[in-house]
Amino acid sequence: MTTESGGDAPELNDEPVGSAGSTVKAILGATVTLIALVILWEMLVRQFQIPSWLLPSPSVIGPSMVEWRAELFEHSLVTLYETLVGFALAIAISIPLAVAVVYSPLLQNTIYPILLALQSMPKVAIAPLLALWIGFGTLPKIVVVFLVCFFPIVVATTSGLTAVPTPLMDLIRSLSAGALQTFVKIRFPTAMPHIFVGLKIAITFAVIGAVIGEFVGSENGLGYLILVSTSQSRTPLAFGSLVLLTLMSIVLYYGIALVERIAVPWAPRN
Amino acid sequence: MTLVGPSGCGKSTLLKLIGALIRPSRGTLLFDGTALVRPTRDVGIVFQEPVLLAWRTVLDNVLLPAEIIGLDKASSRARALQLIDLVGLAGFEQRFPRELSGGMQQRVSLCRALIHDPSVLLMDEPFAALDAMTREELGFELMRIWSADKKTVIFVTHNITEAILLADRVVAMTARPGRIARIVDIDLARPRTIDMEFTQRFKDYSDQVREVIYHGAGAGRS
Repeated sequence: MTTESGGDAPELNDEPVGSAGSTVKAILGATVTLIALVILWEMLVRQFQIPSWLLPSPSVIGPSMVEWRAELFEHSLVTLYETLVGFALAIAISIPLAVAVVYSPLLQNTIYPILLALQSMPKVAIAPLLALWIGFGTLPKIVVVFLVCFFPIVVATTSGLTAVPTPLMDLIRSLSAGALQTFVKIRFPTAMPHIFVGLKIAITFAVIGAVIGEFVGSENGLGYLILVSTSQSRTPLAFGSLVLLTLMSIVLYYGIALVERIAVPWAPRN
Repeated sequence: MTLVGPSGCGKSTLLKLIGALIRPSRGTLLFDGTALVRPTRDVGIVFQEPVLLAWRTVLDNVLLPAEIIGLDKASSRARALQLIDLVGLAGFEQRFPRELSGGMQQRVSLCRALIHDPSVLLMDEPFAALDAMTREELGFELMRIWSADKKTVIFVTHNITEAILLADRVVAMTARPGRIARIVDIDLARPRTIDMEFTQRFKDYSDQVREVIYHGAGAGRS
């Protein structure tokens, strides 16, 4: 390490030494733990002879997933579709809305406080009402997903757009920069890391939203599959659906994280 | 010219007024004989923090004001490279701010303030966030740059030694009410050296400034 007072020796490594090694270690550790837990689960189920309709063992879930692969695939696609469309819709509406809120004092004083207040409302609780209003098709699920994604993205974008340090704003003003220039060159890039924080929160909510929507009333999707298979005591299939939901959530999250790394290479990483 | 005074005496406010970033509550400011009502592009500003754009390279950070004003790209680029070289950062043009130390970042911010060749350079405690050694180094560097291209530099500081060492004229301010209490002309040879700090004359100057700051304008006028 170089000291600041030692002049200006640059710190060329932006990552601490050995960070690649520690990442590998962390992944390895987690994998080993996961495998151990699965084995423990298997052993406990066998030891206490727990019936598979109550708690299926991994060795039962696996074959059951293979057996039902066609259905699982089909229902996964439905849930994935609802999730992605709702999420995309939320991005398309909340980012422009955040921009409007930041640039309009009127909106800032009227709409934004209401948005913040609504944020604390459990959005999934509206799902039954949505079923009442727009029926049992795909649309009400998309709306639930949209609602749960909307707020984190709006809030993150708004705070990002207003996160420009005051001296920087002073500098820009001293150059008489136009509003568009300020937005394109300063505000939006400043907001980008914040927006991605919002997107990552939103995408995990999105899958939950889709499943809740399906729970309320549906004829397809993984949420529906869980509901039906549980009621028919086909618990292994419910677990299979759960595995797929978890995988979907993880893949989507890391998908966003990957886009972030490419789009915002300067963002702080953790 | 340096502006020196205790915290809260309005040094930074005065600087912002000069930059027309804020409007005076009363009166008008004259700049080359015309009233200042809007920010003028004829100033360059360096703040206490470098406030560089994390997503831009050193070169692109320096070029930001040129882009905003819409100066010719090729000649701005040439000037940027020249400035970067002048502050001793040649070879770092394509680096990102996070790869630089605090002192280096502040040099980049100095280049950025000079890129559009403003006639006035406003510096608001530019070296206050740096350690003592880097601070001294940058002070001398600033004087070297200044001697090559003599601009009006208005430099705010609360460090009396720094104020005298850098300036031709020290404006001492008092707090509550924030007033300019005395203007001390500094008649020391240039280039200034670190040894001058220990001369009797330097000591006299710093006594004069200190007196005003601590005891107000009326005290012991010579």
